[in-house]
Amino acid sequence: MSSYYHEDDLARFGEMGKNAPELWEKFQDWYGAVFEEGALSQREKSLIALAVAHAVQCPYCIDAYTQDCLQKGSNLDQMTEAVHVASAIRGGASLVHGLQMRNVTQKLSM
Amino acid sequence: MQSLLRQQHPLAVPGEQLRVLNDPALAHRSFDDALERSGLHPLTSTGIEVLQINVGKLCNQTCKHCHVDAGPDRNEVMTRETAALCMAVLEQTEIPTVDITGGAPELNPQFRWLVSESKRLGRHVMDRCNLSVLLLPSQKDLGTFLAHYQVEVVASLPYFMAAYTDAQRGEGVFDKSIEAIRLLNGLGYGREGSGLELNLVYNPVGAFLPPPQASIEADFRRELLVRHGVVFNSLYTITNMPISRFLEFLLRTDNYDRYMQKLVQAYNPAAASGVMCRNTLSVGWDGVLYDCDFNQMLDLPVSFGAPVHIRDFVHDRLDQRRIVTGQHCYGCTAGAGSGCGGTTV
Ligand code: SF4
Ligand code: SF4
Repeated sequence: MSSYYHEDDLARFGEMGKNAPELWEKFQDWYGAVFEEGALSQREKSLIALAVAHAVQCPYCIDAYTQDCLQKGSNLDQMTEAVHVASAIRGGASLVHGLQMRNVTQKLSM
Repeated sequence: MQSLLRQQHPLAVPGEQLRVLNDPALAHRSFDDALERSGLHPLTSTGIEVLQINVGKLCNQTCKHCHVDAGPDRNEVMTRETAALCMAVLEQTEIPTVDITGGAPELNPQFRWLVSESKRLGRHVMDRCNLSVLLLPSQKDLGTFLAHYQVEVVASLPYFMAAYTDAQRGEGVFDKSIEAIRLLNGLGYGREGSGLELNLVYNPVGAFLPPPQASIEADFRRELLVRHGVVFNSLYTITNMPISRFLEFLLRTDNYDRYMQKLVQAYNPAAASGVMCRNTLSVGWDGVLYDCDFNQMLDLPVSFGAPVHIRDFVHDRLDQRRIVTGQHCYGCTAGAGSGCGGTTV
């Protein structure tokens, strides 16, 4: 195996239904419902998915939701801003944990 | 940029495009098979409601995705004689709509005669316009002419931002398009109550499928009004067909297989039953008859015993004809479908 990740594997996602078909079906139904037009538009949901894909750093999801965002009519300006939102939350989340560091230091210090 | 023909590119030849589309090494499920499974095989016409006249390949632009391989370097144009044959057919029949396309159809000297004749016969006329043509010095009075004859303008604008539109249609085309829309708006086009329809056409700037029509229409309406102060009636989304210059792009960028896969996966029987060839008859610049403009570019004339030239037109032999289909037809049946009037479901 030359790499852990393969582009072709994205199309094989459905194979995950093989040993637990009922769970897979539940996942599929729920996933489909999540992305339907609702209080948020499909285009907005796709941008959120793209941002989350970057936060969880999943190359399959980044590939799939880059295509999906384009297919929902988003442009690269909007998609780049979505990635910045994900990155800002990631960065902020690290930084805000600095308070734990400060709390521990405070407790230990004279 | 030059046309594929001028570049002497192998894909300038329709046979080479068909070879790629039918290549067993790149094979996807056959379109006829898909039709069969939806109970639509063989696909037949439901009656001619639109006479689509392609007056030739001459165009002032050379867009990267053009399925006609049109451009300033093409000189195949319809003559008066062939145009007269089209009008004779119109007179003999009650086909309600005439859809004039190209190239840039307005550059053909027969264009205005076709419009005035069709209107004299009381038919609805559509002009597939690239917008920038309205700014050419030779076409200064084109807007007024179109408005006078109440021609419906169907105009390409792939995106509401300059960078994307220009990437597909050429440097500076977006600004010219906006200027042309402003000119048309000034004549009443796109304004409610004027009776002058201006419909825009979105098509993806790349190897992906179009968004839902209603959602992208809302984005276009908002953005074009806020950024440029221009208005339009409806937006039609059209899928890029895997033929001609778009096929060349797909192959060159190694996107062909994935794009075809996407089209095949998105096959929708409802879209298949509403494909535009079922109510359209397409005439080439030389008078040859086709089921649609795409078949025209692939050199696939009407078949199965139907007359193949406008001079031999017999309504009853064309009205319920069997349609010539191929792998490219997946471009019309993906998702919500795609035709010259946008989605088909
Ligand atoms: S897409 Fe239309 S405007 Fe562009 S080159 Fe082709 S015919 Fe001309
Ligand atoms: S490509 Fe032409 S013949 Fe094929 S489905 Fe589309 S309109 Fe019909």
